[in-house]
Amino acid sequence: MTATTRREAGAPVAPPGRRIPGEEGIWVFVLGDMTVFALFFATFMYSRGKNPDIFARDHASLNVALGTVNTVLLLTSSLFVVLGVQRVLTGVRRSAPRLFTAALACGLGFVIVKAVEWSHLFGEGKTVGSGEFFSYYFMFTGIHLAHVLIGCVVLSRLIAISRRNELTGHTAMLCEAGGIFWHMVDLLWVVLFALFYLMR
Amino acid sequence: MTRRVTLVWLLLLGITFASFVVGVEQGAGVASAAAVVIIGLALCKVRLIGIHFMDIRVAPRPLRLIFEAYVLAVFVTLATLDLVVT
Repeated sequence: MTATTRREAGAPVAPPGRRIPGEEGIWVFVLGDMTVFALFFATFMYSRGKNPDIFARDHASLNVALGTVNTVLLLTSSLFVVLGVQRVLTGVRRSAPRLFTAALACGLGFVIVKAVEWSHLFGEGKTVGSGEFFSYYFMFTGIHLAHVLIGCVVLSRLIAISRRNELTGHTAMLCEAGGIFWHMVDLLWVVLFALFYLMR
Repeated sequence: MTRRVTLVWLLLLGITFASFVVGVEQGAGVASAAAVVIIGLALCKVRLIGIHFMDIRVAPRPLRLIFEAYVLAVFVTLATLDLVVT
């Protein structure tokens, strides 16, 4: 069965050629947030250059395996989201709620792994006040975690929207904008993972 | 489309594994060089997510240029700070 024959009546179809994914507003927000995080990244690198020994020592306290698991969870959730959004945009959206639900499960998995990781660190006496490295670590990953939690709420909305019988062009655009937000959450984590977990 | 994004996802996992290996194997003497490689691999992943998952590949040219400039600027800034600041 082709995508054309499976397309549901009244479903929006993405126009051909160049277009703004989602809508302009989401890009203003996403690019602004990415710029703020870029300043975070640069601040961290500057401080790391000034205190290489302390950063290398405290970096060793982090669990690289858990960081890697979280990276895989977010990358996989992004795959589910991009497939779900594509289903909505092409009108073949029967499986879209399942894909968004799978993405949400990955997002919640990220939160659980992060909670486990922080619990271990707190158990070892590492807090936001345990030196420069951990101040950066808890602040930046904490702000990112807030983004993940907001993203989970967004994914919950996408599940509800994609279950509707009638889907207008506006609600399809909302799905795409929500997906872009989730990909930004993934994209920011990729850099945080490299800075905190991989660089010595 | 499904095939393309699935291949991109596999590539992202592959780069994650490669950067994990670089991170684990980096020796004290080549830590800065390893850091630049790790930053470069991370920004490659950022670009893949933006172009293929956020659909910037179909976006108007100015949006794509802003995104590409962001990726390049972050890489150059972080790599420079890694190599220069002591």
